Amino acid sequence: MLPKWTDQKVEVVIGNLLRTGVILSATVVLIGAAIYLLRHGGSSADYRVFQGEPNDLRSVRGIIQRSLHSSGRGIIQLGLLLLIATPVARVAFAIYGFAAEGDRLYVAFSVLVFAVLLYSLIGTA
Amino acid sequence: MTILIFTTLVCLGSLLAGLLGSLTGLGGGVVLVPLLTLFFHVDIRYAIGASLVSVIATSSGAAAAYVKEGFSNIRIGMFLEIATTVGALVGAFIATRVPTRAIAIIFGVVLLYSAYLSRRPRPKSEWHNPPDPLATRLRLNGSFPTPEGLRHYNPVRVPAGFSLMFGAGTLSGLLGIGSGAVKVLAMDQAMKIPFKVSTTTSNFMIGVTAAASAGVYLNRGYIDPGLSMPVMLGVLAGSLIGTRILVKAETKWLRIVFSLVIAVLGVQMVYSGIAGRI
Repeated sequence: MLPKWTDQKVEVVIGNLLRTGVILSATVVLIGAAIYLLRHGGSSADYRVFQGEPNDLRSVRGIIQRSLHSSGRGIIQLGLLLLIATPVARVAFAIYGFAAEGDRLYVAFSVLVFAVLLYSLIGTA
Repeated sequence: MTILIFTTLVCLGSLLAGLLGSLTGLGGGVVLVPLLTLFFHVDIRYAIGASLVSVIATSSGAAAAYVKEGFSNIRIGMFLEIATTVGALVGAFIATRVPTRAIAIIFGVVLLYSAYLSRRPRPKSEWHNPPDPLATRLRLNGSFPTPEGLRHYNPVRVPAGFSLMFGAGTLSGLLGIGSGAVKVLAMDQAMKIPFKVSTTTSNFMIGVTAAASAGVYLNRGYIDPGLSMPVMLGVLAGSLIGTRILVKAETKWLRIVFSLVIAVLGVQMVYSGIAGRI
């Protein structure tokens, strides 16, 4: 038997989850930024022509591998990935929260939204 | 321009956009793409990717504060997010297929429309609707705290609101903006949800909507870490500062100035799109 949850309790946890996600990702982005600027700050910036990111900055697996090699751009991208994952985690928690409240209709709605988010992140590569 | 100078300037510009966006309540995301493309000559696809990421940051940061006040309705949010996330996916796929000039023109039109919306006086939304059968079945009826105790509300016209939300999601995915104005329009005007509940729930939904298109943008290589970093950090810092300094007397003038800036940027985007310079 799951503990009895209320909308208000779910909202408090969601608020904390969102705040933690933003702080964590901003910290990771800052660390990556320091490495990136120290190494490449003197090179010239050019975003006029669109080339698209290299493959290892596009996929979840590639980003993790690249940031393990302490690449500045890789670590920034890891931070951005954490940021994108924050709302996804919020929806995942909502599934749990609605289940604990015994609200099947909203468990179904949350699962639907969660599936769309996962498809976007993983299925469109 | 070296990367260090470019990063500093983009960060300062984004900080200003985030600050003005939060002080005026118009959102900073809408001026980021014009700022990056028109002033920093960034390709619009990179600009949209960076803007989308910053939208997630500000929305999540603000929503964290709002949910605790008890105004946002997580059920209305979750139900309508079905429409906005599917719309966002569609918008992101359209963005990868249409020419960048077309995106610039659509962006300009949306800027002009939001400038117009922001100048319109906010209608008094003191709805007292009888419960709507569909909204009741979907458990969308809610309440929020007021000094006189809990106030109950009953949303109506659910299909109209749901369709508008799909449109808001598509715009968000196509242009990398939060499209909070359209979301509030769908809840406040179409579904007759109280304004305070509409704005906070909209803010709550923006992050999830943006995340749905951010995945597609990431996989297509539109999200550049070197560009997104100063944009995201700048906008986040700007909007946090904005929520701290509540200069209520000045916001009326700020709103007028900011909506003029938005209108000018809109004209510029349409012109650049037609002239093929984007």
